Amino acid sequence: MIRNSSPIDRLIDLMARLPGLGPRSARRAVLHLIRKRAHLLTPLAEAMTEVAQTARECLNCGNVGTSDICPICTDEARANGLLCVVEEVADLWAMERSGTFKGRYHVLGGTLSALDNVGPEDLRIPQLLRRIGAENVTEVILALNATIDGQTTAHYIADQLEPQGIALSSLAQGVPIGGELDYLDDGTITAALNARKRL
Amino acid sequence: MSLALTHLSLSHFRSHRWAEIAVDARPVAIYGPNGAGKTNLIEAVSLFSPGRGLRRASAADMARRPQSLGWKITGDLTGPEGPQEISFVSEDGAARSITINDKSANQIALGRIARTVWLIPAMDRLWIEGAEGRRRFLDRLTLSFFPDHAQASLDYEKAMRERNRLLKDSVRDPHWYHALEKQMAHSGALLTANRQETLDRLKAAQADAETAFPAADLDLVQSEGSLPPAENDLREALAESRFRDMGAGRTLVGPHRTDLYGVFATKGVPAAECSTGEQKALLISLILSNARALAQDFGASPILLLDEVAAHLDATRRAALYGEIVALGAQAWMTGTGSELFAELGGQAQYLEVTEEAGESRVHIRD
Repeated sequence: MIRNSSPIDRLIDLMARLPGLGPRSARRAVLHLIRKRAHLLTPLAEAMTEVAQTARECLNCGNVGTSDICPICTDEARANGLLCVVEEVADLWAMERSGTFKGRYHVLGGTLSALDNVGPEDLRIPQLLRRIGAENVTEVILALNATIDGQTTAHYIADQLEPQGIALSSLAQGVPIGGELDYLDDGTITAALNARKRL
Repeated sequence: MSLALTHLSLSHFRSHRWAEIAVDARPVAIYGPNGAGKTNLIEAVSLFSPGRGLRRASAADMARRPQSLGWKITGDLTGPEGPQEISFVSEDGAARSITINDKSANQIALGRIARTVWLIPAMDRLWIEGAEGRRRFLDRLTLSFFPDHAQASLDYEKAMRERNRLLKDSVRDPHWYHALEKQMAHSGALLTANRQETLDRLKAAQADAETAFPAADLDLVQSEGSLPPAENDLREALAESRFRDMGAGRTLVGPHRTDLYGVFATKGVPAAECSTGEQKALLISLILSNARALAQDFGASPILLLDEVAAHLDATRRAALYGEIVALGAQAWMTGTGSELFAELGGQAQYLEVTEEAGESRVHIRD
């Protein structure tokens, strides 16, 4: 392969910095874009420019959109008293893909970690506490990762909300849809057994 | 069926540029002069269990010098779980990656199929030195019964490190402490339960055994105060201790301060006050009890690694030890400076001589 154009090299270098891409896959992607200039490269460039100019964080929930308040927060039908707390925007988008949850979200922007100098004020926990009263929230679903930091953060929030008499719940842990018991680790099987439900 | 490593190959591991060893489930007696690379060989075997091996060294330190190319160990393990092909690779000083039957695996998975306990000369002073060494020894025995003990230990340590940082930084947010103490109490109670159950099993195995080695009365003690075993009580104890902990800048209550207290049962003398030979005999007794108990529960004795085991043992005790290892059907990898130290084993063992030539260890299979 001969590369003699510096803008192409720059594009490859930038693409290679994206999650999931390395130098080789970035080269392949750029070559593919160049071959599909009209159908892919130009529309992609235009879309990226537009996103660069308009993308912003929702002032209410922390979701990423193109307006100050995201469509989920402005949708009155979703003001049903349910608030799902997630660590990152990617988690919110994952929940939305399921199409099951019809309430609103709150993105913390990470988890508590004293060792990494991440305290409650570095997360969107104060905003969460303010929203509880302002939006008449009746149940908070703590959809945080099953890691030490994730669970510490869940306990921290639960500890603050318990006196307010709000229903608190967390996502169930156990057998994934389509999963086979034989392939699950002992911890997941134990969690699934503890969270068993009556048929 | 016994648990045994039947094939071992080392590449650029410590003093071994390349070594390939095929053995059977019988004990393996390794002899050779000081510095030949005998302990390096059993250190490689110790990596077939969770943790950093018997020297607690980093992966970078295990690389052969001066090349420091990284290293690779592969082995075939036979046991109750069937044959397993296990390999470890470390490149550029990174922690070892584990592959079991060609699939990437973690240390917990390794702990479920491979159980290894060891006795090394550094442990000769185990009963008289700090509690940390005894706690580590106990946790190694516990891990052989409860592979999930490693995860509970990691969870506890992680939450405690977070709490200690809050204490050092004089953070006063009670909700944050409460969240961490909840996690510590959950995993901490599990650690204590596992350790206590291990002691109970060791005591039972000692009681049932006909052995030449002395029984030890064992107990869990705290280096200070007491340790509530129940999760809720431990959580409360941690909460109560916050003010004092803040003054110390670290957590003063919990299973990380547990100590193993041993008494030479028939004499009623604390292990720390026994003679050097008696202290060693007590440790060997515990290792053998662990092997007996595991043979009953898991269906196979663990792989035993006994470095310079003959030191401090007279010929009678040596013969007794070898006799018990053979009776247990345990694959014990033992080192010593000369083949005469293993004379009592005769044809019941297989022999490896390790020599050093031009800065490189060589392993020779001997009859």
